[in-house]
Amino acid sequence: MALPSYASPVQRTYYYAYLFFCAVVFFFLIAPLIAIVPISFSVSPFMVFTEGMLTWPPDPEAWSLRWYKNMIGDCSADVVSSTVPCSKKWMVGTVNSLFIGIIATAIATALGTMAALGLSRPHMPYKALIMSILISPMIVPLIITAAGMFFFYARINLVYTFTGVILAHVALATPFVVITVTATLVGFDMNMVKAAQSLGARPIRTFFKVIMPLILPGIISGALFAFITSFDEVVIVMFMASIDQLTIPKQMWAGIRQEISPVILCMATCLVILSIVLLTTVELLRRRSERLRGIKSR
Amino acid sequence: MEVIISTAELLTTDGIPLKQSLKKAERRNKIRAFFLVFPLLLFIVVTFVIPIGDMLMRSVDDSQINTVFPNTFEEYKKWDKGEDDLPPEEVYKNLFLELANGDKRQIGKALTRMNYAKSGWKSLIKKTSREIKKIVKKGEEPVSYKDTMIEINKFWADPTYWYSFNQMVNERSSIYYWNALDRTYNEEGDVILQDENRRMYIKTWIRTLKVSVYVTFFCLILGFPVAHLLANLPLRYSNLLMIFVLLPFWTSLLVRTTAWIVMLQQNGVINGVLVWLGILSDDGRIQMVYNETGTLIAMTQILLPFMILPLYSVMRVIPKSHMRAAQNLGAKPAMAFWRVYLPQTIPGMSAGGLLVFVLAIGYFITPELVGGKDGQLIGHWIAYHLKTTLNWGLCAALGSILLFVMLIFYWLYNKIVGIDNIKLG
Repeated sequence: MALPSYASPVQRTYYYAYLFFCAVVFFFLIAPLIAIVPISFSVSPFMVFTEGMLTWPPDPEAWSLRWYKNMIGDCSADVVSSTVPCSKKWMVGTVNSLFIGIIATAIATALGTMAALGLSRPHMPYKALIMSILISPMIVPLIITAAGMFFFYARINLVYTFTGVILAHVALATPFVVITVTATLVGFDMNMVKAAQSLGARPIRTFFKVIMPLILPGIISGALFAFITSFDEVVIVMFMASIDQLTIPKQMWAGIRQEISPVILCMATCLVILSIVLLTTVELLRRRSERLRGIKSR
Repeated sequence: MEVIISTAELLTTDGIPLKQSLKKAERRNKIRAFFLVFPLLLFIVVTFVIPIGDMLMRSVDDSQINTVFPNTFEEYKKWDKGEDDLPPEEVYKNLFLELANGDKRQIGKALTRMNYAKSGWKSLIKKTSREIKKIVKKGEEPVSYKDTMIEINKFWADPTYWYSFNQMVNERSSIYYWNALDRTYNEEGDVILQDENRRMYIKTWIRTLKVSVYVTFFCLILGFPVAHLLANLPLRYSNLLMIFVLLPFWTSLLVRTTAWIVMLQQNGVINGVLVWLGILSDDGRIQMVYNETGTLIAMTQILLPFMILPLYSVMRVIPKSHMRAAQNLGAKPAMAFWRVYLPQTIPGMSAGGLLVFVLAIGYFITPELVGGKDGQLIGHWIAYHLKTTLNWGLCAALGSILLFVMLIFYWLYNKIVGIDNIKLG
């Protein structure tokens, strides 16, 4: 959208002001995420740019990997500091987060995909009502969900257990699977199912041989959304998990709340990289899905 | 020529009328579709809908105390307050017996509830219970329970304590809702404002709405030009710039909040740059985080993608020829924008605006971490009563009110945009 050659000086000024404004907003969106990366490599135990980091040529004394070593549980003398003790908590948190995330994703993807298939059938009764119930966990604020689940799960002794946390995460994650898979099924040619069945395939075989290969990109995107939902989730974990269910977000929360340790920034940097990987994957899957369904890319 | 089509005569090979057979097949299809949805529906109802319903019930529930003092309350209801200053002997007697024989843990729970109604109940009952236990141990039966209890503690002759029973005798109570709005019952059972130093919820509700409105407004101001740029650039560039919007969208909320603390704190990046540029003196660093400003800045950045994405999808389909046509017909660019372009973006603005607003009023993590003392939203109090004071009734009432406000806005959103139009990524 370039400026036409006949634009007046006033229009030119407006146009450049507009571009400048947009640039500022883009900067506002991305700058905080970029800023934490160099600080995570600092020697200093405070979350700031130190003098040494800003000099040119770079001062090797000011940079180090000590907080990354701390994060992975290396406790040698140059890694710990008086304010940042060494602990295995980050690694324990990673294992727990992966465990909860993977199980929750598996259940959510299976349930969500089935439901999306049902909802896409032309004869589904009460479709709108059911859809709004199914995506309600995404809509209700997390703090309300956490309060309600805490009261209820306390009654049935599920608080402070892995089961409770996983059930809660599945409930939060399924709407994403339902929405993504339903979107993939729009424009899905149901005649292919009929063709498969008329050739004698049972419904389960039809699903695995005909439907699934075609909607697989949608299922994987949904699963990734589900995983990131569980992996990032902190409110439920804060109320429903004990120290045994320590996850990365819970440890980060503690890190920000109590110790203000630079190790948080190392984990944050890792999470930013993870989100770049996921974003790229989902985008590639979306393109593939559109190609598979014969929708022309815009 | 007249053609008569009679479906009744059309039979399938089994000899069943076609209509009936089709109906049967359709019913089977319906059941099959429903069976696919059923597991998830059941799961969500059990793990999510019932807990939320449970919370709604809890916000009006006052049954625990009624199971502890059933007879006392029964007799209490018979007391004619116009006639006597103090309740009749029967009330004293039943309370005496129920305190003597009741389960200690249940009484303890009830005491917490009684203290919400009137502070002082807890110590009064605890002291009295001890004395009652002694009397029971001795095996004496008091001649007058009323006199005995007043003898134990003179507060039993204070009618204000008895009046506070008024708000507890029913199994359903609206006290928590009134508390959530800074109100309480007085001795006569009328709703009055809380003492000045205990009013904090109305203030927080107003702040929650104010912050949400500001954040929505800022997101609109910042998001509109960006969405416009993205929608009008050639696809190659806009896809690239879209990363700036989608990357924060995909990044963990805690990471973004942490990043803002790093940026905004007193020796943080922004203050550092301002000092380095000479705009601020070294001891004149601005406090930008742990207050309302911090909440506003961080929430605006975090929610901005939710404004840009709907705006972008609306703007992308507005034909570029409209603006050119308007200018061709003599409108100045500003006029063309105002009269032709802007009205067409209203669906996008309302979708994005409502989405951001609704997300903002329920926000908890970001205000909790960067809000400090005066930047907290209502979610803070819900968490506080859930974890710290254990006043679950009040917690549930605050949550229910928030839920209700949310549902109104979602209903609006559904009317304007349609909930199944939510797209991801």
